[in-house]
Amino acid sequence: MPRQILLGDEAVALGAVHAGLSGAYSYPGTPASEILEYLVRRAEETKAFTAVWSVNEKVAYEEALGVSFAGKRALVSFKHVGLNVAADPFMNSAITGANGGLLVVSADDPGMHSSQNEQDSRYYVQFAKIFGFEPSDHQEAYDMTREAFDLSERLGLPVLLRLVTRLSHSRSAVETRDPRPQNELRKGAGKDWILLPVNARRRFGQLLDRQAEMVRLSDESPFNELKLNAKDRTFGVLASGIAYNYFREAVAGDAAPPSFLKVSTYPLPEGLIRRLVEHVDTILVLEDGYPFIERQLKGLFGVPGKTILGKTSGTLPAAGELTPDIVRKALGLGPLPALAASGLPLAGRPPQLCVGCPHIDTFKALNQALEGQAGANVFSDIGCYTLGALPPYNAIQSCVCMGASVSMARGAADVGLHPAVAVIGDSTFAHSGITPLLGAVRADADMTVIILDNATTAMTGGQPTYGSGPALLRLVEGLGVAKEHIRTIEPLPKNHEQNVQVIKDEIAHRGLSVIVAARECVQEQRKKRS
Amino acid sequence: MKQDIILAGVGGQGILSIAYVIDNAALADGLAFKQAEVHGMAQRGGAVQSHMRLSDGRVWSDLIPKGEADMILSVEPLEAVRYFDFLRPDGIVITSSTPYRNIPDYPDLGAVLEAVRAAPRSVVVDSEKLAKEAGTVKAQNIVLLGAASSFLILKEESLRRTIEALFRGRGPTVIEANLRAFELGRKAALGS
Repeated sequence: MPRQILLGDEAVALGAVHAGLSGAYSYPGTPASEILEYLVRRAEETKAFTAVWSVNEKVAYEEALGVSFAGKRALVSFKHVGLNVAADPFMNSAITGANGGLLVVSADDPGMHSSQNEQDSRYYVQFAKIFGFEPSDHQEAYDMTREAFDLSERLGLPVLLRLVTRLSHSRSAVETRDPRPQNELRKGAGKDWILLPVNARRRFGQLLDRQAEMVRLSDESPFNELKLNAKDRTFGVLASGIAYNYFREAVAGDAAPPSFLKVSTYPLPEGLIRRLVEHVDTILVLEDGYPFIERQLKGLFGVPGKTILGKTSGTLPAAGELTPDIVRKALGLGPLPALAASGLPLAGRPPQLCVGCPHIDTFKALNQALEGQAGANVFSDIGCYTLGALPPYNAIQSCVCMGASVSMARGAADVGLHPAVAVIGDSTFAHSGITPLLGAVRADADMTVIILDNATTAMTGGQPTYGSGPALLRLVEGLGVAKEHIRTIEPLPKNHEQNVQVIKDEIAHRGLSVIVAARECVQEQRKKRS
Repeated sequence: MKQDIILAGVGGQGILSIAYVIDNAALADGLAFKQAEVHGMAQRGGAVQSHMRLSDGRVWSDLIPKGEADMILSVEPLEAVRYFDFLRPDGIVITSSTPYRNIPDYPDLGAVLEAVRAAPRSVVVDSEKLAKEAGTVKAQNIVLLGAASSFLILKEESLRRTIEALFRGRGPTVIEANLRAFELGRKAALGS
């Protein structure tokens, strides 16, 4: 087959298609969005499988689990924090097991390019006691995805593939292989899937029994590579994922590079690691994310007679993304000669709301409505509107996780904070805002929820949304919000004065109000025109 | 043979289209490549860069180490200067002279262009003027690609063919305007 240019995300997506994928589910989130973007396009073209933007990651996971239960191959993908949302079905699916191959793709964001934290999904692999893959390049992303589906069926367990931003959003050429047909329908064995304690105990025991086999599979995996330098017993490198590339780059011109072990599978390949550690005195561990391998290698007391270097020893920074330069330094290599930085003061250019964005008008109206209200707090959420935190708006005071604006406003209102305002987008509201609003309605909490309805999931590139327009208003009303306190504004400069008044009125109402600020995203409008 | 390029600009200026053309031309020319790009929040009017690596051997890292870049290719002059520390001491800077002023503290343009010209090798083209001349002000990114084309290790023909493919869906007028933009950029660089 010809070589194709693919993003790392797309290499995973195409690998899944060629592995006989029947159903794919996801919620958008950088850097994982392009996996399902690709699958949605492909499903529209071929009609060969299902690819769905789900309401949230938990729902996506359960939908994929249903596909697996039915005997077919399923993929569920999300960004790292999406796995937190899906953690409940994820952890329990390690107990039920998988029937059709089930691949969980979690894309981490070391350096927090577009995220609230840099949590490392490999801990979830360990937590659930399942098998995990970590590709270092596009070809591996494709090949490992195919292998992961086979292994999932062989082990009868979900398998996790960990990506990082740098691979997700890097493009390269990938060689593909002949596709495998999809599975036939074949229902899961009922008792394994009913997690009553009596079944769950049995299934957990079976999961524990498979751990040694997984370590053996890891040791035997062709994706791991051990190369010992017979002449140098002093220093070796243990590298995983994208960090392995930085190591190879740094020693590319070296006639006798140090011993190294590339780790691409979890649980850790214990036999291979033992051989490297026996061979050299000092081991440098290179991994993007948390010191996951390094800590296991060190344990509490270290390895007698050996020096282990990495993030916990301070050889590498504990926070942020690795770079080729950081890895060069850790290897004791000096910086390359470079052009001197210009003396010009380089004004920063942070991201900002687009010209004409409806959020700008909503924030301007909100800021004016809250003038003189010293006790006010605006709880916000995950989306483009988080940029309302930056000047000139300075309009929000929190952004924690999907849906938290509504629940946090409720909590603050419960203890007397006023005005308590929540600002949440329509897609985020559908994702995780509905349930906290349901609770707040019951209590008639003294808070004002502003739903920014731009009819899309804008930040991640314009994926569909579940609660917009009249359907959103009916949904809010159906949750029990009093009709007279469901207000709609159109965020446009010409409506500024009346929008300020609506917000003021609803803040003055000492109970629950919902204001829907409805105007389509300008990027989406532009796409429709072109 | 290898070439490492930092593509720079502001989110929305078409950096990824330049990258698309170079990727596809590299594939056509049988070169290995990796190209790291920025998606998500930073694309909203923020500074964006893409690391583009071409080689007839294996490319390991998706990111270019500092001091390794052979070229900075920027659609915006301030953004060109931002990545000087990635450039080899004898590297080349190819940039537009047209500023994108979406920040309050944008430095004096004369000082920015002076900083660009302080690089040992630099090519500055008026992409706005040339794109308009080509028929669409949107083609500034392709003007820059044209300006870089005679310095790239890619075949000019492969670049042209990919530009045609990129704009095929938009009709012959758009294709021709972009090919003209490419040619005007190329000539401007050769004449500078």
